[in-house]
Amino acid sequence: MSYFISGEKEDWEVVIGLEVHAQVVSDSKLFSDASTEFGAKPNTQVSLVDSAMPGMLPVINKVCIKQAVRTGLGLNSKINLHSVFERKNYFYPDLPQGYQISQYLQPIVGEGIVTLEMSGEIREIGVERLHLEQDAGKSIHDQDPRNTLIDLNRAGVALMEIVSKPDLRSPQEAGAYMRKLRAIMRYLGTCDGNMEEGSLRCDANVSVRPKSTSELRTRAEIKNINSVRFVEDAIEYEAKRQVDIYDSGGTVNQETRLYDSDKGETRSMRSKEEAHDYRYFPDPDLLPIDLSTEFVDEIRKGLPELPDAKKLRFVGEMGLSEGDAEILVSEKEIADYFEDLSVGRDPKLSANWVIHELFARLKKDDLNIDNSPVKADRLGSLLDLIEDKTITNQIATSVLETMWTSAEDPVAIVEKKGLQQITDTGQIDSAVEKVILENTDQVSQYKDGNEKVLGWLVGQVMKTTQGKADAKSVNEILRKKMDSG
Amino acid sequence: MAIDKAKVKEIAKLARMKVADKDESELATELNQILDWIEQLDEVDTKNVLPVTSVTSEILSQRDDKVTNLDQKDKVLANSPSDNSDFYVVPKVVE
Amino acid sequence: MTLTSLTISGARDKLQSGEFSSEELIKEHISTVEKCKNLNAFITSTPEIALDLARKSDARRARGETLGGMDGIPIGIKDLFCTEGVLTTAASHILDGFIPPYESTVSGNLRSGGAVMIGKTNMDEFAMGSANITSHYGPVKNPWYLNDGKDRVPGGSSGGSASAVAANLCLGAAASDTGGSIRQPASFCGIVGMKPTYGRCSRWGMVAFSSSLDQAGPLTKTVRDASIMLQSMVSHDPKDSTSSPEVIPNFEAAITGDIRGLKVGIPEEYRISEMSPEIDKLWSKGVELLKSAGAEIVDVSLPHTKYALPTYYIIAPAEASSNLARYDGVRYGLRVDGSDLNDMYEATRGEGFGKEVKRRIMIGTYVLSAGYYDAYYLKAQKVRSLIIQDFNDIFDRVDVLLTPTTPFAAFPIGEKMDDPVQMYINDIFTVPASMAGLPSLSLPGGLSDEGLPLGLQLITKAFDEETLFQCGDILEKQINFSHQAPYIEEIGS
Repeated sequence: MSYFISGEKEDWEVVIGLEVHAQVVSDSKLFSDASTEFGAKPNTQVSLVDSAMPGMLPVINKVCIKQAVRTGLGLNSKINLHSVFERKNYFYPDLPQGYQISQYLQPIVGEGIVTLEMSGEIREIGVERLHLEQDAGKSIHDQDPRNTLIDLNRAGVALMEIVSKPDLRSPQEAGAYMRKLRAIMRYLGTCDGNMEEGSLRCDANVSVRPKSTSELRTRAEIKNINSVRFVEDAIEYEAKRQVDIYDSGGTVNQETRLYDSDKGETRSMRSKEEAHDYRYFPDPDLLPIDLSTEFVDEIRKGLPELPDAKKLRFVGEMGLSEGDAEILVSEKEIADYFEDLSVGRDPKLSANWVIHELFARLKKDDLNIDNSPVKADRLGSLLDLIEDKTITNQIATSVLETMWTSAEDPVAIVEKKGLQQITDTGQIDSAVEKVILENTDQVSQYKDGNEKVLGWLVGQVMKTTQGKADAKSVNEILRKKMDSG
Repeated sequence: MAIDKAKVKEIAKLARMKVADKDESELATELNQILDWIEQLDEVDTKNVLPVTSVTSEILSQRDDKVTNLDQKDKVLANSPSDNSDFYVVPKVVE
Repeated sequence: MTLTSLTISGARDKLQSGEFSSEELIKEHISTVEKCKNLNAFITSTPEIALDLARKSDARRARGETLGGMDGIPIGIKDLFCTEGVLTTAASHILDGFIPPYESTVSGNLRSGGAVMIGKTNMDEFAMGSANITSHYGPVKNPWYLNDGKDRVPGGSSGGSASAVAANLCLGAAASDTGGSIRQPASFCGIVGMKPTYGRCSRWGMVAFSSSLDQAGPLTKTVRDASIMLQSMVSHDPKDSTSSPEVIPNFEAAITGDIRGLKVGIPEEYRISEMSPEIDKLWSKGVELLKSAGAEIVDVSLPHTKYALPTYYIIAPAEASSNLARYDGVRYGLRVDGSDLNDMYEATRGEGFGKEVKRRIMIGTYVLSAGYYDAYYLKAQKVRSLIIQDFNDIFDRVDVLLTPTTPFAAFPIGEKMDDPVQMYINDIFTVPASMAGLPSLSLPGGLSDEGLPLGLQLITKAFDEETLFQCGDILEKQINFSHQAPYIEEIGS
């Protein structure tokens, strides 16, 4: 599936590279002992180091190093045993030190690969590097008419900057890449992926070129996009904007742009216009990070099964369809739920119930799988009742509805409401006979060769048995009786 | 390369430091004196030399991931030139 | 004998024997500080805090407890150590009114050891200078002068600390040395100044000038005092990633009175053209004295010595330009209002920094900027490797180096101002050890022909402060420098 933008004379290809900023899951900040918790009152999670008091010094959080290595391994990347923190110097009020401690020439993680599946086609997207750096504070522009207010709670929180190669070719690919990165990091527990809270943001470098040319043209950088949909929308808008410029004989400026999600457009960022000279140099307050191969191997051994491997297993060992497997591995919580559920049960039945019944119910209440009122073990008990033919599929759906608001066990619910499947053929026989007697018109229509009416008659029997009869047996018995009568 | 007044302006801008027009040429002269003197380093052959990364060659010490810093907003903001008790305050920034 | 002319070790013993109380000792020093205000050695005096600490020390002693050699001893603290609740300025206008809500590790260690801070000493602004003439609080005077009516500089950047110790305003001072800021003023003021190995003293809470070079150390009247005071300053501090976990020995115990067989290296490259003949004479005398005490003299070569100073003047300003970026008028200190954010930044930093600091920020910004990084900063870090290698090579063969501390004696305030490079030459003998992070010590070697003090410097390999004290003590005894600053007699302190 190729994506091109048609211009006036020719089709254009879009070339996209993403720089993803992922907040590291850690209790304290990268270089200070202040909390990283989201949502605290302004400036209450700020240490003397974070506010850059004179003489304050950074000390690295060991968990952040571990998380970066873990993520690197999850992205099939080369881990650099020797890496260096450098200072990126610039003035901004949300950057108290006057420099950001980051990694520049020697990042902790080198090249890697992220695999995407785009409508059946496998796409390998190159990862250029991953490095650790400090987040900045927050500038609040809209609370005071004359001033900007600074909250340093975020200042110094550890970020991983993951830079892709310019391998992405459509807004959808960019979106899929973001989702995949997010899923991998959530599996690894290295980034919570919470985009509303800003734990995952991205900058998109976008350029266009005539189809079947290979030159790289001037790119624009769209800053700080905070949702997957916005990534897709912003790129789409920006690519079209650039094609329009070329079509009208203009040139694209190398510049930083901002995506306005209300208007659905990108615009030039005036504040970033002046040329930057970051004067990177190794931070003399810190020594280089030197890791041992044993340390890296230890982390490698502790890696969980990641989405790609899991999907292969779901398809290969469990016999699920590609599509179902893809859905189930897309989020760690879904996969976990499914795996809990499918232990000792039919994987296909389990997959069906998660993807159809559970998701529908969750969607209705706008819930996520991890706050589902019906946990995997409870849903499992319900599936067990289907598997041992205690209840029908149809009844099970209504039992799930009850379970949604009741703490009761499905076995108890079935018991109490007497929803057990009718297995006694005698009982079904009498129900069928009753329906035949009461609906002579339809019966004669059936006998005249109208097969369609059979379904209606089955429905009538199910109604009489309150859905407790197995539809298949009802169908058989009904047919037999009418054919013979 | 010699530093002229324009370069002085450029560096001062990068360092966010106002330099009075009248001081620019004096500063340019002084900076050139210093840089000329520094140029003697060109004599040193450093082709196969690695730059220093740390003088005492210790291993980077690492901290446990513990939050020991509790809310000290008042301390952190105590020296702020503004009297806002919740935020640092700067002139309005337009993005 | 007045209480202010005591040494730390002398006062320690007399406090212990009950000859006087810490309160008496402190009061005497506080009143001397009052009398000697014209030296401008202190930016802030803290007599109330000092008296309170002294009384606590006396109370401890009365209970039979002491916290060690510094308990009850009056000291000055260079104004770049952040002191909780006490104005800390680094002698800069830009830190106007800054009261740290925290105590630096070094000053905190001293306090935990019972030392009594009587005030914050004057210094060159942000420790940038070799004459203590760049302070926002005005120049410091050297208690040493001649009969020509000119005030001499005390050296820098720890000029206030050195002047205070030399004029008997305190028994010791905690200072810092980046390229010679302890040793050079010690030499100019006729006292002992010691810079330990980089990493011995924590830099936490010490206003940063050049992170890879800054190191705290003591200024005292004797070598033994330096060993006692250093003991109280050092620690392995988990809050400073460059603080060393190396075992801390008992420094005073290293003073054995015996240096027989010690190999003393004499680096030929330190015999430079800028050096006055009397310095050369002093150096030779030092060599003879060590030889007569049983040391073996070895001629050595440190071929990259002459490049240390220009290397220093790339690395230190580069680090400083970044370290001083935090002084932006937003969170503490001076703010000069502006029409917008950048205008506020530029006005604040333009007005808040003095001339020398600006000059160094400019140089540092330039050498790190795009297109120049490799030619300057990277080149300097490579030359620095060679300088370190020079030292590593000779410390296989010798235990300690003997050199002059400075190429000339203290000069009158106002001289050497026209060319910054001329001022930088002050640090020519002290910078190499700083570049390599090595411990070194300056002690009075004698008087110049005119009558001003001149220092000799000892350097050892990293973490071998013990040899420094061992050898320094012998040299001190042999030289027997018994002169007093003329100011002391004049003021009667």
